[in-house]
Order: sequence, then structure tokens, then C-alpha cells
Amino acid sequence: MFRRLPETSAATVTVSIDGADVQVRAGDTVAAALLAAGVHPYRASTVSGAPRAPYCMMGVCFECLVTVDGVGNRQGCLIPVREGMRIETQHGKREAHR
Amino acid sequence: MNGAPVFENTYDVAVVGAGPAGLAAGATAAKAGLTTIVLDENPAPGGQIYRAITTTPVRREEILGEDYWDGQKLIQEFQSSGAQLVSGATVWSISRALEINVSQGGQTHLINARWIILATGAQERPFPIPGWTLPGVMTAGGAQTLLKASGLVPSGRVILAGTGPLLWLLAAQILRAGGDITAILDTTPLENYVRALRQLPGFLLSPYFAKGLRLLTEVRRKTRVIKGVTKLEAQGKDKLAEVLFATGSQPATRMAADLLLLHQGVVPNVNLAMSIGIDHRWDELQLCWVPVLDQYGNSSVPGIAIAGDGAGISGALAAAERGRLAAYAAVKALKPEALSHLPAEQILLQALAKAQAGRAFLDTLYQPPKHFRIPEKNETLVCRCEEVTAGQIREMVALGCEGPNQLKSFLRCGMGPCQGRLCGLTATEMIAAERNVSPQQVGYYRLRPPIKPIQLAEIAAMPQSETAVKAVVRG
Repeated sequence: MFRRLPETSAATVTVSIDGADVQVRAGDTVAAALLAAGVHPYRASTVSGAPRAPYCMMGVCFECLVTVDGVGNRQGCLIPVREGMRIETQHGKREAHR
Repeated sequence: MNGAPVFENTYDVAVVGAGPAGLAAGATAAKAGLTTIVLDENPAPGGQIYRAITTTPVRREEILGEDYWDGQKLIQEFQSSGAQLVSGATVWSISRALEINVSQGGQTHLINARWIILATGAQERPFPIPGWTLPGVMTAGGAQTLLKASGLVPSGRVILAGTGPLLWLLAAQILRAGGDITAILDTTPLENYVRALRQLPGFLLSPYFAKGLRLLTEVRRKTRVIKGVTKLEAQGKDKLAEVLFATGSQPATRMAADLLLLHQGVVPNVNLAMSIGIDHRWDELQLCWVPVLDQYGNSSVPGIAIAGDGAGISGALAAAERGRLAAYAAVKALKPEALSHLPAEQILLQALAKAQAGRAFLDTLYQPPKHFRIPEKNETLVCRCEEVTAGQIREMVALGCEGPNQLKSFLRCGMGPCQGRLCGLTATEMIAAERNVSPQQVGYYRLRPPIKPIQLAEIAAMPQSETAVKAVVRG
């Protein structure tokens, strides 16, 4: 869906996405990093479990919700990636223990 | 930013949003000697139009265009003004007593301000077509953000659909960046061209006239444009596979697609202003809620002004001018002796009038048609969060549901995490159409703080005032 402009800097940080270490571009937001890494499905809706992905990328639509370092329902489009960040995708209804 | 920002307890002026209006307002207030803080929820200043202006990886200036790089002047003006900027700061409530709750780095701070300028800008208008929730369907603005902030360019089978200046600007930027566009499906109603003709003389004076014409020519030369699109659907199982469209009464056509970028204009981001209880009215031309303001941007709540596209859509140049004007009014109220440091009121008003010239032409030409604002098919989702369909809303209105707040009780419509941002306008217009009354009569969701989700632990950790303790502790 997207390719990176060649002049974009190659500096990366390592984050974990659902337990797997992934190198992502330093400076990207969580949502941009997951889109660039081709994570699919990005999220499954809480009502029907339908697949969803970031829609607005500007903090409005809440389709990019992810769990970041154990905190659920964070807006991935507003949070820059950080070395060692733990990102978990959210599928369906939230579970009480999380 | 290194380390946690230091918040003072009180500021003369607090500005929410660091787009063109917020940056200009903050710089103006600070230059007049008022202690000024600008709170912005994004990682870096610039708002949407100048997103990532200080951090963008896009090096070739022609890709984003000179109007984007113009934002650097505002940044420089701001940086030399002495105003404080806090990024990654989400304002989740403001009271009528001008107390601001702002969450930053997982902690909420309470700030008092003597004057508040809301510069929360615009969001893209909902575009509720069948399949708009499928992965692979995004807003044009979303794709533009990915380009500006991350250097990501749409590639593969990319379709742009909708109407409005941003659609054409994005198309030009994608093409200049070497990205792919299979087709642009233009949903501008053909009758809009006739209606807009009357407004053309005014638009000839607009700074956007020559630029707009150049942009349209550039895009049309390089890619396929299909005009007069009246039907649009995204289809696919677990992600977008095809876009189905039709023009006029022609049979529908299918086009394979990896990415569909939707856009039908922008509307004020009203959630913060409405949660404070600021009066709004329905704008019949821009088809959205706009706050009721005086010529400086002062709202119905004393001490709170609104500047930029959040005050009604006028574009980036007018946004900056409205920011300056709102700050001028703040200085006039708080420190009139400093007005001599600022341009005269008349000059500010003239600059704003110039920046707004010809707006009616764009509003008329790019007014999105009813069938793309109010879904015709009952299966189409209106509320993305709670998955409420157009048919369910119609059914509730038929049962006697009179407004959006009743829809919440009946259907949970508008009660998901986006708090109505992506369904509110559709719900209002749909109920109005079904009941055959005006959107003004129907009204909007009653919005309440927190306007963004925060953790309970964050509220619990806030310092408690004596009155707050007395309210819950007995004896």
C-alpha cells in the first residue's frame, strides 16, 4: 500500500509487535510503523470483530487503537515509536485481565 | 523533547493546538509579554497542514510544495516569541473557570489560564460509503500525514475519490513523490460548477485561485480523472479488493484496488469547544457546526476564543490571521498597554479579509452531495465504533427518536471511543432529513469531558483540592 521515499533516513529502533522484534523507522508513529511493516489485520473491531486499520492518522477516528507497554486503547497515530517499546494489537472485545 | 516539560500553575494565555492558528496566536501573545503556553497532542508542531514541518523526512521541496514550506516562517516566528510549546499533550477537559486538564507523558496536569484560545483545527468530513471501514480505505488526509511525517508514498493500485482542494493537492504530491494513482473518482456534483459560477468574481481575488488552477492542470495531465461520480463503494472480504463506482445513470464499473483514499472536505473539530458548552450553529453552506464568535474569535464563554479552522473552515492563511486576531483580543483584555507592540487591529482585520477572499466559491463548488453525506443503502455503517447502520438509525427515527442524544440510548450510536467524531454530522443530517426539519433543530451529541480517553489511574493520581475531598468524604 505504501513505499518509503528513497531519501528517508535509515535510522531504526527495535520494537516488539505482538511479541516479535521488528525494526521500524525512528520518528514514525506506532500506527505508521505498523502500516509500513504491513501488519494485517491491524485491529479487529470490538463489536463484530471485523478487521480494521488506521483511517485518519490524526487522532480523530480511533481505528488505530493499540496496547502500548501494557496500556490499552492508546491512539497509535499520536505516539512516536521508542526503542524497546512493546506494541500489542487489539482484537475484538478487551479482556478483563489486560 | 528531552525530559518532562515543566508546567507552571498559571499562564496568561493557553492555546490548544499548534497548527497555523495556534502558532500565530501563541507567538502574538508572547511577543506582547503575556506568559503563553501552547499545548498540542501531536509529536511535533505544525498541525495538519504543516504536519512534521520540523521533522519531515521529505527532502525534495517540490514534493510537498511551497505552501507547505511556508509553515517554517510561522515556526520561526513562534520560536523567537518566548511562548512555551508542549507536544504530546492532550487537553481532555476545560472548565468555564478556565481550568485545563492536560495529559502528557501519562500524567495529568491542571493548568489555570486567564485566557484560552482554542485552535483545534479541522477534521475530514465523514464519508460513509459501503465498505469505508475496510482496511485499505483511508482518508486522503491520512495518506498525506504518512507522506509528510514518515515519507510513505501510496503505491500499487491506488484510487482517490471524493471532492475538495485537499484531494487534488494530495494527488499532485503523490505523483511528484513518484507514487502511483490508478484513477481519481471525482464526486463533485456537476451542478456545483454552475452554482459556483456566481462566486467566481470573488475567487479571482483569492490567493488560492492561480495555485488551484495550476494544481488541477498538473494532476489532470498525469493521471486518469473520472468526473461526475454518483455511486461509490469499497468491497473486499478482510481488506479492500475492489472499488465499485458509477457516473450518472451509467452501469457501475469495478476497479481492482489496494488503497482507496477518501475525501469530501474538512469540518471544524468541535469536540473540545462543545464539551465546554460553547454555542454552535449549523452552517448551511459548509454543512457543519461552527462556533458562534465575534470578529476577534471570542466565544459565548467569557475568556475563551476560537481561532483557525475550528472557527469555521477558511484555510491555513486565514487560520494564522485568526490566531493573531484572537491573541490581539487577549492582549487587549489582559495587558492593553502592550498593544503598541502589535500591528493595529485594522491591519489584522484586513489581512484576515484578504486571506478569506473567495472562500464562498470553494464552499459552493466543493459542497459534497447529499447522497455521499447521508447513506442511501441501509446496510452502510454510520457509526464505525459501535457498528450502527444507516438502516438502524432510520428505524429509530421512525419509532420517534428525535435527535442524536436519543440515538445514543437506543443504539449506542456515537458512544464509542471516537465520541461521535466520525458519525456525528451524518447522524444529525440523517435525522434532519428523515424528520424533514433542519439540522439546527435536530442538534448534536451532548459532548462531555474527558474528550479523549485517559486512564482512571491518571485521574486518581491528580492532586486533590479541598472541595473535591469534601465532596466525597464524610465526617
